[in-house]
Amino acid sequence: MFLLPWLIGFFGLTLGPALVSLYLSFTNFDLIQSPEWTGMANYVRIATADPKFAAAMSVTLTYVVLSVPFKLAFALLVAIALNRGINGLTLYRAIFYLPSLLGGSVAIAVLWRQLFAGDGLVNAALSQFGIEGPSWISHPNYSIYTLVALSVWQFGSPMIIFLAGLRQIPTDMYEAASLDGASKFRQFYKITLPLLTPVIFFNAVVQTIDAFKAFTPAFIISGGTGGPINSTLFYTLYLYQEAFGNFRMGYASALAWILVVIIAIFTAFSFLTSRYWVHYDD
Amino acid sequence: MTDIPMTAVTAPPPPSTGRSPVASALIHAALIAASIAMIYPLLWMVSASVRPEDEIFSSTSLLPSSIDLGSYVRGWFGLDISFGRFFWNSLVVSVLTVIGNVVACSLAAYAFARLRFKGRNFWFAIMLGTLMIPYHVTLIPQYVLFLNLGWVDTYLPLIVPKFLASDAFFIFLMVQFFRGIPRELDEAAMMDGCSPWRIYWKIMVPLSLPVLATAAIFSFIWTWDDFFGPLIYLNDMNNYTIQLGLRTFVDSSSTSDWGGLFAMSTLSLVPVFFFFLFFQRLLIEGIATTGMKR
Repeated sequence: MFLLPWLIGFFGLTLGPALVSLYLSFTNFDLIQSPEWTGMANYVRIATADPKFAAAMSVTLTYVVLSVPFKLAFALLVAIALNRGINGLTLYRAIFYLPSLLGGSVAIAVLWRQLFAGDGLVNAALSQFGIEGPSWISHPNYSIYTLVALSVWQFGSPMIIFLAGLRQIPTDMYEAASLDGASKFRQFYKITLPLLTPVIFFNAVVQTIDAFKAFTPAFIISGGTGGPINSTLFYTLYLYQEAFGNFRMGYASALAWILVVIIAIFTAFSFLTSRYWVHYDD
Repeated sequence: MTDIPMTAVTAPPPPSTGRSPVASALIHAALIAASIAMIYPLLWMVSASVRPEDEIFSSTSLLPSSIDLGSYVRGWFGLDISFGRFFWNSLVVSVLTVIGNVVACSLAAYAFARLRFKGRNFWFAIMLGTLMIPYHVTLIPQYVLFLNLGWVDTYLPLIVPKFLASDAFFIFLMVQFFRGIPRELDEAAMMDGCSPWRIYWKIMVPLSLPVLATAAIFSFIWTWDDFFGPLIYLNDMNNYTIQLGLRTFVDSSSTSDWGGLFAMSTLSLVPVFFFFLFFQRLLIEGIATTGMKR
């Protein structure tokens, strides 16, 4: 009885649609005519004859590979700085977390678009140092980096998880290490980092999956096009264009399943390698 | 995965023994500089929204030479439909989502945490599995389903799934919390002949207000900020939420009215900001214990 809403939701909104989507990915469904079985045609086209797929994949992988490590590095660095019994912890923590909380909204994407425009704030600041910045968002070589910067700016939630993790490390370990004459750097390397690996692992997996799903910033900053020259064509944006712009629902379903497989491979890979670098105390 | 008790976040930090005032000052200086860099864009936006129009891009300074609220008036009435309408629509969707999420997820969580039924572990595993499925996989069939039901361009596709506990993440969160409530309480109540409904309502709900509040606050903020769902399901501008309204404003006035755009952007962040201000501690505990995102 208590489970009824969830069960209905599970069959009606998750399992059912997932199976239908798998079926549709083998058809040429266009929302108007009933789907027609085309076998592997969608997948073959994706693999061999779709330059936009390749572009979207490369943009998304670039974004994941750049934004996740930088974001985690900042989060860890700030968390360590904050974890030293300093005054004003609550205020700092709040300020660093705020961008994460506001992050997904259109307003922030709009703001970012203006900051990195040719005559925007970033270039105004650079010109004070005599540097003439490019027009970041409308230049295909730079546009992706503005989106990476936006993502890194939102390092607040992994930071808070790191903070919680750091509090779990017993202080007497550091005291013992100090007595033995271990330098701060050595203590970080030998105590903090190994004991924190489960938290690092958790943050890395969550942030990676999330980076694969990014949509709103790219949509707003490129005006929904993924331009200039597909340089901000995030995978999810391409999927949206195919499904709701061109009404190639079957093709978009195939794209969705490929994304799932890629995310699954990434996750499985992290779990497999984790046994070599993640330390659980037992 | 990572087991971080609730207390970890609020526990006192390690004592700062034997650090020189110089090192301490350096850390503070670095943190202050970083904080300013972090919030500078936000402050700049707020400041740009109250500047006289010709002054918006002329300086990087945060202090406007004079306060001019004209941008707010122009922004509010800048489209055929006023932003008041969009705010109202967002509020309706967000509040209904909060109710749906809290009610449906807590019922499911209660069943998973406390009731004994056949295949409980199996269903629990399935529920956790759904956490891993990216929404893209179910997106298109769900759209087709709602289209056939005639629900497109209504709020139903955005709200009804919430009443069916589709945010498995909150179920998981609540199960974790419910498990921490002593079993003796509901066992004693059961002895006294309380029905499961009564136990749920009289024992679990009052004792788990913190987790219910966390779920409610995050539901509200995420729904308020959601762009993708409304983008797909809402067509008529009268139904637009604030995020779609902002986007329309960007498209229709990208070269002209930056002041109005910043004014409306600032307003759109106000509810989220106030939630943040009042529930900071709760939000941070929620994040730290669960790895909640955004």
